[in-house]
Amino acid sequence: MIPLNYFLVLSIILFALGAIAFFVKRDLITQFMAIEIMFNAANLAFLAFAKSAGSLDGQIIVFFVITVAAAEAAVGLAIILLIFRQKKTIKSEDIKLMKG
Amino acid sequence: MTDYFWLIPFIPALSTLILVLFGQKLPKKYVSFQACFAVFASFAISVISFIGLLQTSHEHLPIIKNLFSWIHAGSFQADLALQLDPLSSIMTLVVTGVGFLIHVYSVGYMADDEGYTRYFTYLNLFTFAMLILVMGSNLVVMFVGWEGVGLCSYLLIGFWFDKHSAANAGKKAFIVNRIGDAAFLLGIFFIFTHIGSGEFSVINAAIGGGAITQGLATLIAILLFVGATGKSAQIPLYIWLPDAMEGPTPVSALIHAATMVTAGVYMVARMNVLFTFSGSANSLVAIIGAVTAVFAATMALTQNDIKRVLAYSTISQIGYMFIGCGVGAYAAGMFHLFTHAFFKSLLFLAAGSVIHALSGELNMQKMGGLRKYLPLTYPTFLIGAIAIAGIPFLSGFFSKDAILTSAYANGQYLVWALGIFCAVLTAFYMFRLIFLTFFGNERLEPEAKKHLHESPPAMTIPLVLLAFFSIVAGYVGLPVVVGKDLNFFGRFLEPVIHQAHEVHLSLGTEWMLILISIAVAVTGIFIAWVFYIKNPKIPKNIVARFPGLYKLLYNKYYVDEIYNTLFVNSTIKGSEIVYDHFDLKVIDGVVNGSAKTTNFFGKVLSYFQTGYIKDYALIFLLGVILLLGYLLF
Repeated sequence: MIPLNYFLVLSIILFALGAIAFFVKRDLITQFMAIEIMFNAANLAFLAFAKSAGSLDGQIIVFFVITVAAAEAAVGLAIILLIFRQKKTIKSEDIKLMKG
Repeated sequence: MTDYFWLIPFIPALSTLILVLFGQKLPKKYVSFQACFAVFASFAISVISFIGLLQTSHEHLPIIKNLFSWIHAGSFQADLALQLDPLSSIMTLVVTGVGFLIHVYSVGYMADDEGYTRYFTYLNLFTFAMLILVMGSNLVVMFVGWEGVGLCSYLLIGFWFDKHSAANAGKKAFIVNRIGDAAFLLGIFFIFTHIGSGEFSVINAAIGGGAITQGLATLIAILLFVGATGKSAQIPLYIWLPDAMEGPTPVSALIHAATMVTAGVYMVARMNVLFTFSGSANSLVAIIGAVTAVFAATMALTQNDIKRVLAYSTISQIGYMFIGCGVGAYAAGMFHLFTHAFFKSLLFLAAGSVIHALSGELNMQKMGGLRKYLPLTYPTFLIGAIAIAGIPFLSGFFSKDAILTSAYANGQYLVWALGIFCAVLTAFYMFRLIFLTFFGNERLEPEAKKHLHESPPAMTIPLVLLAFFSIVAGYVGLPVVVGKDLNFFGRFLEPVIHQAHEVHLSLGTEWMLILISIAVAVTGIFIAWVFYIKNPKIPKNIVARFPGLYKLLYNKYYVDEIYNTLFVNSTIKGSEIVYDHFDLKVIDGVVNGSAKTTNFFGKVLSYFQTGYIKDYALIFLLGVILLLGYLLF
């Protein structure tokens, strides 16, 4: 039996990788993938806690997260596609419509 | 028979509504029929209600019809309620009766006017507002009517609004009335705060029960009376009425002679308990009335505009009515209102007929010798003039005499003397008008003479009817010398007029007073005859001898000019100063300043918004870390 801490450390590493990738990378697609990694890091933590606590609640939440992430992926990709059509770029530095 | 009296004001209202909505599409003939019929129907109901009222015993008065609860806030309540009592019954008869004749006259007079439908819409609206004024059973409803007639007066004075002077006259009337209305409203507020109700019956009972002190009663009465001086054209707010003659002549007859301008007299009579209780307010009413009567009559002496002479005469006659109210003889004041409605509207309509015949000529110096061209207008005009001059057996004699006798009986000898002096002037200027217009040489413009014609029947029939009433209307209020208890008018009004004490004169004194008033009337006419028929050079000689006095009278004592300098110009100057120094600097400064401040802070805050998605994510991340740190440690 693998101890709970192992899972949690892996989860933290995954989350940190995702966060670093989000801040380091410049194109929206890669940043989008980084977000997905952070999602799954959270999922992993949920599953680990569920297993160690012997309850199904955490697993059910993971199903919800996966479902919502799928929907979010569809919407997010569509947005990126439209931004590309409008701006002819997916570099996040070039997109600053909200600048005050 | 009094069940349907509350319909009286709403028939003209319905007619107004139809004319407003569909008037432009309806044929002219139908418009005239509907407008006249609506007023006639009201008149018919008024007559039926009047007969019903005669059969109702005094304990059941007033008959009140509560249509709906209008304002209900806290302890304050005002209903839309109409009442029928002797006072409002007389007023509805005058308003609808004389109003109907003037509507019919207007069909002839306004026949060729472009604004025909608009004219009758206003006229019906006026009838509605006036009836609300006289039938309202509380001060709130009365005030609605009070403002309504003011609005209609404005609309009808400025009826030919493309004429600059007419538009200005309408504005002047409205603004001057506003001043009076402000005081009137203050008086109403005082009554609300101290008595707690606007119902006339409650007010009368409260004053009888000592709810307010005499000083407060005087204050309220004077505020209400200032309102009356505006509406009824008394000193100091009379200046709008002569200018109001810019309106069509039937309007002058209906609004500015017979009905609206007497609203102030009606109001004082309606509030007679308050005025009598105050005492000193009553003396003020009598003095203002007497001074106005003489003041306006002197101005009428030198005017050449036929309608303006009549306008000053109206101011002067309303002064008489206020003398009546002021000396406590409210019934006599109302009696003069009643007879005046007939002979003054007759005079105005007959003057309108003269103007119509001369294609719009108003200057009496360009008339003369019209007697033979206007076979119906001349005798009716003459009847009106005799009635107003106070020659016995016509209506004006009885009512004017009732007022002057009461003034004498109450010991107000100065007021009585002013009234007698005014009677000489009245007889003089009325017959000056008659002699200049219908006698002497023809001084017509050649163009006007070509079209000279008697007016159509729609105009002459009302003249004949009004002349008839000008003769007989006085017989409902015969003086005591003719016989005891023949003053039906006074007895009819008794339930409304709460007379404190009645002073009786000996029959000999009564006869003496009557003979004096007959003598002064005849003297006035005789002087006019000497001046304008026998020896027409006299007026010119007098003018040559007293040029200053003549100029003063001809220019109406320069009151308009004085008011202009004192009030109008100083208001304009003051407004300009306020505009330059307060509006532009303070108000604009505050408004623009607040906009600038907001703008500045917006600019500062906007530096946080870079638009880069990574910056937002970073702040988001830092926020989460801070929150976690807070939760953990």
